[in-house]
Amino acid sequence: MARALVHMPANARKGEIIEIRALIAHPMETGYRPGADGRPLPQDLIRQFSCSYNGERVFAAELHPAVSANPYIVFYTIATESGTLEFSWQGDKGFAQTERMPITVSG
Amino acid sequence: MRAALLMLVFCLAAQAQDLRKSGTEYMSESTRAMQRDDMQNPAMLWVAGGETLWNTKAGKSGKSCASCHGDAKQAMRGAAARYPAFDKGAGRVLNLGQRINQCRTGAQQAPAFRHESEELLGLEAYIALQSRGMPLAPPADAQTRASAARGEKLFNARIGQLNLSCAHCHNDNAGKSLAGAPIPQGHAAAYPIYRLEWQGMGSLQRRLRNCMSGVRAEVPPLGAQDLVDLESWLALRAQGMPLESPGVRP
Repeated sequence: MARALVHMPANARKGEIIEIRALIAHPMETGYRPGADGRPLPQDLIRQFSCSYNGERVFAAELHPAVSANPYIVFYTIATESGTLEFSWQGDKGFAQTERMPITVSG
Repeated sequence: MRAALLMLVFCLAAQAQDLRKSGTEYMSESTRAMQRDDMQNPAMLWVAGGETLWNTKAGKSGKSCASCHGDAKQAMRGAAARYPAFDKGAGRVLNLGQRINQCRTGAQQAPAFRHESEELLGLEAYIALQSRGMPLAPPADAQTRASAARGEKLFNARIGQLNLSCAHCHNDNAGKSLAGAPIPQGHAAAYPIYRLEWQGMGSLQRRLRNCMSGVRAEVPPLGAQDLVDLESWLALRAQGMPLESPGVRP
């Protein structure tokens, strides 16, 4: 189970732009780096990140070998209604992680 | 009255003379921001792991760290600022990581964590976080001071093919550059650190070994007494400086 940290406001006004920060522990092994035995370490990357807001996709990103280990992604969305934001990361070796964060929208 | 004024001037002068600088002062603004903001600091991933471990039962004893120590926020406050310290049970000076393993194998009856393992660095980071902002306060007992004295000798001893001591860079040439990278004064007050070059977390011993291989010296194994002695000296050298753990370094 990988560790992920998502920071976003728990409450927002309707129409407010909210900042969301998502950090996940992952080696992002490029596949070009030699290991201790001199042979390249097998590639192990997160390939895709996406965020859906009450089931609707509001943000997605493709990740590549040049992205650092423990990728940190900041993005914005508009608070439309109360509900849940779902964050998911997918990658090599069947890597899959999902985090959910509730949001309460007022006004 | 005049004597009192003079005393005041002396005291102020003595305070102004503390020319010690934390490693953060040599970093770029973006790296500093990364350390300052817990939401950006990747070391917080390790802290989160450490917090889970703190509350997880382990070993034959079926006890977690919390079973004995309770809430880390109170129990571990100031703990990291006091290490390395002489440990009666072990009969020698231990750093924080070794002290954690002492609990693992002793009270918890669980296998010790490997050096530089995610688990050990996580617990170290979580415990160190509880002392953030507190001044480094190495204990003044005879054994810890003896360890620091041995460390000071090592700090000032020339080693390796480059025939350099720690002091040559970090005392004599701090603030200048080495191959484009600034040389800090070498105050170890932010460990364990997330180092961008490592793309991961590491202990002070890992960093010390880094420098040693840099001057092409024989590198002691992780956990070696020489490294602990150096840590003791660095703690004394940085006494009173605020703990920044978990730090971010370039």
